[in-house]
Amino acid sequence: MDAGIQTTSVQLGWFLQNAWLIPLLPFLAFLVNGIFLQKYHKVAAAVSVGAMGLAATVALGMCLQFFAGDFAQPIMSIRWEFLRFSAGLYAEMGVMLDRISVMLATVVAVVSFLIHVYSIGYMHGDTGFARFFACMSLFTFSMLGLVFANNIFQIYVFWELVGVSSFLLIGFYYYKPSAVAASKKAFIVTRFADLGFLLGVLIVSYYTGTFDFAQLQSEAALSVLAGKSFMGISLLSLAAVLIYCGAAGKSAMFPLHIWLPDAMEGPTPVSALIHAATMVVAGVYLVARLFGLFAASGAGLEVVMYVGTLTCLFAALIAFTQHDIKRVLAFSTLSQLGYMMLALGVSTSENAMGFTASMFHMTTHAFFKSLLFLAAGSVIHAVHTNDIWEMGGLRKKMPLTHLTFLVATLAIAGVPPLAGFFSKDEILVAALENGHPFVFGVAMLVAGMTAFYMFRIYFVTFWGKPYEKDIKRYEHAHESPLVMTVPLLILATLSVVAGFLPFGHNVYYGVPLEHHGVNFGVAIPATVVALIGIAAAFALYSKRGTMAARIANSMGQAYRLVLHKFYIDEIYLFVTKKIIFRFVSEPLHWFDRHIVDGTMDRIGEITIGTGRILRKTVSGKVQTYAITVTGGFLVLLFALWHYSKVVGG
Amino acid sequence: MMLTIHHYLIVSAALFSLGIFGLLSRRNAVVVLMSVELILNAASMNFIVLGQLVTPGLVTGKVFAIFVITVAAAEAAVAMAIIVGIFKYRQTVDVEKITDLKW
Repeated sequence: MDAGIQTTSVQLGWFLQNAWLIPLLPFLAFLVNGIFLQKYHKVAAAVSVGAMGLAATVALGMCLQFFAGDFAQPIMSIRWEFLRFSAGLYAEMGVMLDRISVMLATVVAVVSFLIHVYSIGYMHGDTGFARFFACMSLFTFSMLGLVFANNIFQIYVFWELVGVSSFLLIGFYYYKPSAVAASKKAFIVTRFADLGFLLGVLIVSYYTGTFDFAQLQSEAALSVLAGKSFMGISLLSLAAVLIYCGAAGKSAMFPLHIWLPDAMEGPTPVSALIHAATMVVAGVYLVARLFGLFAASGAGLEVVMYVGTLTCLFAALIAFTQHDIKRVLAFSTLSQLGYMMLALGVSTSENAMGFTASMFHMTTHAFFKSLLFLAAGSVIHAVHTNDIWEMGGLRKKMPLTHLTFLVATLAIAGVPPLAGFFSKDEILVAALENGHPFVFGVAMLVAGMTAFYMFRIYFVTFWGKPYEKDIKRYEHAHESPLVMTVPLLILATLSVVAGFLPFGHNVYYGVPLEHHGVNFGVAIPATVVALIGIAAAFALYSKRGTMAARIANSMGQAYRLVLHKFYIDEIYLFVTKKIIFRFVSEPLHWFDRHIVDGTMDRIGEITIGTGRILRKTVSGKVQTYAITVTGGFLVLLFALWHYSKVVGG
Repeated sequence: MMLTIHHYLIVSAALFSLGIFGLLSRRNAVVVLMSVELILNAASMNFIVLGQLVTPGLVTGKVFAIFVITVAAAEAAVAMAIIVGIFKYRQTVDVEKITDLKW
């Protein structure tokens, strides 16, 4: 059974052997916080932050030792049998270290630690302070469990756990109806998508008889799946598309993206950690994890590519028109997730540069996007509004926040030599080299759009004049405390240098990529496009002019269409309320009320009515009863006598 | 004339019928109670007579009669106490008027 997995008989470094500590520490913090420390806010924060600090340290050590060792096979730090379904089919729990799990786990642990620290300042004084840290620890544990999974069953279990923690944290301000609605929406939409994932898991495990990633994607298993078909589609493609449904739900791909913008109702550190840096990339990670399966099914990978490309463009368009700073960032996250998906979609098992590019972009995105959210949180903390038009001129008031936000904006816009430039360049090259000029063109266009909408919010927030209608708000704004700005600075540093990580050598599918340097044929146009975007944003938004509004007005209907996010939410509401509720739920409701409940009600009424009549026979007169008894006895006697005469006679 | 089992059974049937009649027709709770005693005695008599017939030489039927007498004595004591109690509150022992035990 263990073919293909190196056992720990080889002498491994301490961090590799004890990598199981990384998910365990936040889990313990969650238990201790959740059970004992709900009333002790400071202790709770210390426990969570301390556990995350240790976990991040172990993760960094693990990362260094792993990539220094260049292991050919995945390492199991710990594994045990979890559930045995039949003699051959069983699910394990374990901590598996391979290239992508080590990479993502390190990113998750480090970013989560920084956001935990930041939250001490951001959540200060909140009544749910301890609850917040308990939930954050639960989330980090679940995410790490997902990343370290060595089989599809474990990944599914933790997949749902991150869903639950996301639900708890979006609905953190449960006294706000909008937050409750958003948390329900996120949970229901992702659960709906997970139905596809579950079906996919069932199909592959039923036909291949294993949950293990390595065995699942072996030649034998894949040919079994490819050999069978259901309604004209090979089971391989069907399973790939179904599993992709789950991935698309979690990574908020079109048309399942509707929950992510609303998820911004949660506290800003939550948006930074869960809805930008980590949980939403779980879908991308899942596709990367099962890349062998997707690559074997060409159709599955094509779906990934086209949906990714569409989401990428679509979300960037919407981001142009939004004015809630966190929502713009949410749509930008959608767009960047689209990038990661399309990068996976364009790769093949022979030429898997897109795979590396996707993982690379996942890492750099985690740094600069969480930085953007945290910096935005710092601004929101200072001015108590999310609307960019109510901010303005903040660069003088909040120099550190401004600086870090600028770095992150440059990074996401793809300006060299910041992190986003390298990863985006690699995605573009991969799209071009694997012969997808259309995808390449869209990705290039979106690179320019990204630069534009990101600099739009940057200029509106930090440049221009203060908001006139409420000048007090501007005057009261001040730089955030050190506990918030230090994580910002660290993330800013990471956003600058992450592009220089030697990704091609360390994270790859199949064979390592030879170092090819920057492809100038792609990098120069990409940079020019980004600079055009920035220049356009500068022209329109660096001063409060009417130019932008006039352009918007001249667009008329088209502008309104984008402003209302292409009415996707309205379409969902129409489909659910007008069609599903009316034609499915209402008849079922009627059936339940009138047939099911009705039957029970009638039975109850008959019983009551009978009782009302029979009650009259209970007079309380002893002798009436005695007469009844005697009479009944006589009747019985007579009946028996008659019966015996009939039978006997 | 020989006393046969029929004579005994006729006597006990007569006792039983008298008891039933009293139970159903009398108003006075004490008399009703006495009628119940008649019914019990009819039953005891049947035990003894039929016991002699079915298991001659054994005391099975007689033991039952002793039991019935014992239980009847206890029951009479309890019932009399209840009747006295009711009389204390209601100044009557007319079973037609004591109709509180109903819905």
